[in-house]
Amino acid sequence: MPVKRVDKTPMPERDAVLRSHDFGEVNEGYGIAHAQFEAERCLRCQDPICIDGCPVRVPIPDFVHKVASGDMRGAAEVLRSSNPLPAVCGRVCPQEVQCEEQCSVGIRFKPVAIGYLERFVADWEMAQPPIDVTVKLDRAEKVAIIGSGPAGLVCAGELARLGYPVTIFEALHAPGGVLRYGIPEFRLPKDVLDWEIDQLRKLGVEIVCNVIIGKTITMDELMGEMGFSAVFIGTGAGLPSFMGIPGENLNGVYSANEFLTRVNLMRANDFPNADTPVMVGRRVAVIGAGNTAMDTVRTALRVGAEQGMIVYRRSDQEMTARVEEHHHAIEEGVEFHWLTNPIEVLGDEDGWVSGLKCVRMELGEPDASGRARPVPIEGSEFVMPVDNVVLSIGNKPNPLLLQTTKGLESNKWGCLVVHDGSSETSREHVFAGGDAVTGAATVILAAGAGKTAAQEIHEDLRS
Amino acid sequence: MAKILEKRPLTPITKLYKVDAPLVAKAAKPGQFVIVRVRDGGERIPLTIADYDRDGGTLTIVVQEVGTTTRLLGQLEVGEEILDLVGPLGMPLEIPVEGHIVGIGGGFGAAALLCLMRELRRRGDTTTIINGAREKDLLILNEELTEVCDNLELCTDDGSAGFHGFVTERLAQLIEGDGPGRPDMVVAIGPMPMMRAVTETTRGKDIPTLVSLDPLMIDGTGMCGGCRVTVNNEVKFACVDGPFFDAHQVDFEEAVRRNKMYVKQEAESKDRTDCRKLAVGQV
Ligand SMILES: Cc1cc2nc3c(=O)[nH]c(=O)nc-3n(C[C@H](O)[C@H](O)[C@H](O)COP(=O)(O)OP(=O)(O)OC[C@H]3O[C@@H](n4cnc5c(N)ncnc54)[C@H](O)[C@@H]3O)c2cc1C
Ligand SMILES: Cc1cc2nc3c(=O)[nH]c(=O)nc-3n(C[C@H](O)[C@H](O)[C@H](O)COP(=O)(O)OP(=O)(O)OC[C@H]3O[C@@H](n4cnc5c(N)ncnc54)[C@H](O)[C@@H]3O)c2cc1C
Ligand code: SF4
Ligand code: FES
Repeated sequence: MPVKRVDKTPMPERDAVLRSHDFGEVNEGYGIAHAQFEAERCLRCQDPICIDGCPVRVPIPDFVHKVASGDMRGAAEVLRSSNPLPAVCGRVCPQEVQCEEQCSVGIRFKPVAIGYLERFVADWEMAQPPIDVTVKLDRAEKVAIIGSGPAGLVCAGELARLGYPVTIFEALHAPGGVLRYGIPEFRLPKDVLDWEIDQLRKLGVEIVCNVIIGKTITMDELMGEMGFSAVFIGTGAGLPSFMGIPGENLNGVYSANEFLTRVNLMRANDFPNADTPVMVGRRVAVIGAGNTAMDTVRTALRVGAEQGMIVYRRSDQEMTARVEEHHHAIEEGVEFHWLTNPIEVLGDEDGWVSGLKCVRMELGEPDASGRARPVPIEGSEFVMPVDNVVLSIGNKPNPLLLQTTKGLESNKWGCLVVHDGSSETSREHVFAGGDAVTGAATVILAAGAGKTAAQEIHEDLRS
Repeated sequence: MAKILEKRPLTPITKLYKVDAPLVAKAAKPGQFVIVRVRDGGERIPLTIADYDRDGGTLTIVVQEVGTTTRLLGQLEVGEEILDLVGPLGMPLEIPVEGHIVGIGGGFGAAALLCLMRELRRRGDTTTIINGAREKDLLILNEELTEVCDNLELCTDDGSAGFHGFVTERLAQLIEGDGPGRPDMVVAIGPMPMMRAVTETTRGKDIPTLVSLDPLMIDGTGMCGGCRVTVNNEVKFACVDGPFFDAHQVDFEEAVRRNKMYVKQEAESKDRTDCRKLAVGQV
């Protein structure tokens, strides 16, 4: 029977002061007792509207019920049947605007902690002795996957399970996309990612790093002499935007991508044991308020900054970061400067960042996105003394592949165009999904797109 | 992984490698580069593709040892592997002008002229290479360069070989009509001060000039923006838009300043590789 309790079972967390100096995971995860205690809160609704909030329609009450009754293996199977990356999604999905926003319990109480339960089940699964997952990859048609972010990984796994020999080509020296170079260890331990990638390898998926499609190998070569019958493009949206304000090229100004890549992919936090450095001064200002910005400012604290600041031209209401990351950032001492728009980066005589000139904003009429448009307050300019500025104002799809590939249509934002309601691009047997199509979005949307595309590729190859 | 097939010291701190990289060799064009990493935890550094052999599937790279990664690379021997090698990156070099093309190389830069000048000569251009160094022993690849161009001009600061003086002084003479004569176009690859001086030598003389900018890079795919340079008041990512740019439009001051961002850390890192047995393959 469902049990009424107002609050979610709290997630065990590491102490804010301690954790803000290392890269250990912040959330420690539920134990079995927590998980079952929380799972009892689910009403097992007749019409489980939580599922409508989930982009891949995980049968939520099913798996939650199995947790409550102690059938963890069963819960894992239900979960995995619809979400191929549960350990990742349980950690990084914005549940508060997805499943948990819909949850019926949430009307009067706090919603069921679906995300925490998802993570619990996935972690339980990872801790079990490995099960044999090998399948026969005996179909004649080979499929190439471009990019090893969540979209590419999921698409590869699904196709392998359907029996296709699959090769993933990744530009960087390690697979995972944003899960590798963007989202930090304290939120998504690389062990979790490595485990997922290991599963794919066990399935027989081949992962070739250090190959850039469009540079090392062209699309024509892939589909011609190399003999791939279909291609999935999951190249993400990795091209960082800059603001175009004066001083952006001063020493000490980074894009969030560069800052995070130096730490996550290149391990600058371990310099000089690892060879790549990162420059962090005492005061770091991060411009933007999405997940990337929160990751950046919290990473800055962990690599030595004393003061980490978020500078955002809108208010906290318009912030796009996950609520939990915002809370964690507050606990770790991050300062928030809302309604503050940077207009110039100031430098010292040697060309190093010394300050950030900003103007205060107020909220005006709603803009095209429906969010209140921030307008500058005249005469409110002021200078914030800072040593680093990190821009986290968004990413666009990378044009590398488009530059050298004929017949691939893209829109004015550089996103690949797919046929309505499918993932097929303007080129025959070429499919696409994830951030490369949608622009910067979420892990679950990318994973979902990879899964759908795998089905479509299967149909395409069988027709 | 790219296996080292051949290694040749050119100077005490410069080494030429021929490596097995069939996919990159097949796609490479003059002016492009690769990014390599030599050990777990290692940095990703860009190196110009000096030459390539499509049939043999090999690439030639020339490395000048200046810091941790280039020195670790310099320790690798024939039969060993370069841990990661990705490419070809950057835009192939486009030479829009026909006629007398002068390539100027300094340091490892001379190597980068190998495949470029060969291609230009094949196209029918008259080609001159000005190869400069401090002294005779530091001039690299003279034999190979002779084969790929019509005129090879040597310059040394101390006069121990060829012209006594800087490459730019010899270039100025050519512009006046001396030797192989006035260039229709100049391409300079080498240390920043040299490229900057070349740029000033041709400025206002109606000689289009390209330089190969070498900002710090990480991914080389346009993902980080660390390699940004200002050209004609516009921000460009050197790894995807370059590395070659119209010399007369380049903001050199900014480029030089940005390259010095990590001098302190680079020195710290290099000291460690000095005082400890260099262990390639592990940190
Ligand atoms: C710092 C940060 C934090 C985030 N936090 C969250 C979060 O908490 N929750 C959430 O849901 N989402 C979050 N996101 C967004 C999420 O990570 C992305 O939406 C998701 O990773 C997109 O997946 P993808 O597979 O489409 O592309 P990506 O993950 O971007 O992967 C694309 C891969 O393709 C490779 N590639 C590109 N071009 C080529 C080529 N030509 N040849 C070969 N390989 C190529 C790239 O190197 C990369 O590895 C975050 C993003 C960032 C940057
Ligand atoms: C497109 C491109 C092509 C290149 N081609 C070659 C090549 O063919 N052969 C070659 O030997 N080098 C080449 N370089 C330069 C090479 O990448 C750097 O020398 C290397 O990154 C230094 O790494 P390190 O760890 O050995 O030294 P670090 O410890 O990183 O630096 C040591 C010293 O070298 C200086 N330095 C660092 N990076 C650069 C740079 N990019 N340019 C100039 N000085 C630098 C630093 O200021 C420092 O004083 C190229 C660079 C670019 C961007
Ligand atoms: S809406 Fe909430 S209570 Fe209802 S089934 Fe879904 S998780 Fe359970
Ligand atoms: S090296 Fe990262 S964008 Fe050029």
